[in-house]
Amino acid sequence: MDALFAIAGKDFVISVSDTASARSIVRMKKNCDKTYKLSSHTLLAVCGEPGDTANFAEYIQGNVRLYSVRNSQDLSPSETANFIRNELAGSMRSRKPYNVNMLVAGVDQNTGAASLYRIDYLAAMAKVPFAAHGYCAYFVYSVMDHEYTEGLTLEQGFDIVKNCLTALKERFIVDFPDFSIKVISTNGTREYDLAEI
Amino acid sequence: MARRYDSRTTIFSPEGRLYQVEYAMEAISHAGTVIGILSKDGIVLAAERQATSNLLEQSIGSEKIYEMNDNVVAGVAGLTADANILINQSRVIAQRYLQRFDSPIPVEHLVRRLCDLKQGYTQFGGLRPFGVSFLCAGWDPTFGFQLYQSDPAGNYSSWKAACIGENYSNAQSILKQEYKDDDSSDAGSNSSNVGSAGTRMTMDDALKLTCVVLSKTIDTAKLTSEKLEFATITLKDDKPYIHIYSSEEIDEVLKKYDSVMKPSED
Repeated sequence: MDALFAIAGKDFVISVSDTASARSIVRMKKNCDKTYKLSSHTLLAVCGEPGDTANFAEYIQGNVRLYSVRNSQDLSPSETANFIRNELAGSMRSRKPYNVNMLVAGVDQNTGAASLYRIDYLAAMAKVPFAAHGYCAYFVYSVMDHEYTEGLTLEQGFDIVKNCLTALKERFIVDFPDFSIKVISTNGTREYDLAEI
Repeated sequence: MARRYDSRTTIFSPEGRLYQVEYAMEAISHAGTVIGILSKDGIVLAAERQATSNLLEQSIGSEKIYEMNDNVVAGVAGLTADANILINQSRVIAQRYLQRFDSPIPVEHLVRRLCDLKQGYTQFGGLRPFGVSFLCAGWDPTFGFQLYQSDPAGNYSSWKAACIGENYSNAQSILKQEYKDDDSSDAGSNSSNVGSAGTRMTMDDALKLTCVVLSKTIDTAKLTSEKLEFATITLKDDKPYIHIYSSEEIDEVLKKYDSVMKPSED
């Protein structure tokens, strides 16, 4: 039931995730952050089986950090995404695979280009301009399809986010308590308030 | 007396030395010379083939210069048989990295992995260390062109111009004299000093200097393609491009720089 989507511009990515932690029909927590900072310029957003998501994301976080320490150099977003896909593909062929869907957002520090990767629980990966996971995808994809233009500005990106959230409020029976909106750009990661955008 | 500490690589002598490792390095200083020179837009590698006979069939591939990955080429000094094992390993390491991250392995990463392997044999298990030194020339997007030297103990270091094998100290002093370093003030504009950031050499200069050094260090009346191997790594369409010279191309290079190559005075 998680809502997770992201929009990539030329040098930024906006990542939006809901902050509810739920079990069956009960909401356990209202302020749960479903994103993980992998490096100063890479963010991993997860949804899926609650235990799996945290466990797998922390495993990835640890390994990406280990790489940076060993090589005194961060993995680029594309390298990070490929590494995650590779790990998930390995897990998928084990006896107990992780059930995790992910969005990897980042800015390459060599080229300054932003990129967004969508990885699902079957370890299928695609580099995309915008992406969504879970039930919320049924609602926000049409909005993003309609409004996305290549090379959009941050403000235009926020407008799409607002329309996506409106669509979710209007049509989705699940009521989300709050959303965490993060922007990854060349300056690093910044969190925005709903009222700010 | 010395034999007490010679037979195993894992034992220190009373002076705190590892003789087998030192002997391995000694063996390398008798092997065919390998020279690497870094320039602004590429790296030149050259190697000397020793003990050629007119009865010996020319091998099809190169004997001393090997491609390790799309972005790394290495020159070998020492036991070719030992080198083959290490080359094979590094090719596997590079491909594993590519499979995992979908990007070419950073040059230093590959060199370090290779040296870890070499170091292991000075401490554990085997009968002797690998009797091989490498000159690895490579390119990666972060640090550009880089040239690394490694020894049997597992040390590695980055150079603007380096030489291993026979007469390496002579060659190194010529390189030190002739190499055009970038000492201009704008060197500071590039924050990274690794790789090709601080050099004024062009590929042409590097090829020329290689020929000069070769002619002065190799003990022969005239250099020929039979005794030499050449390779370059440059950028082509923003991608690393490794070129291992054919014997015709080597002759062409030697002919072009014939005038600068004087037989050594001593």
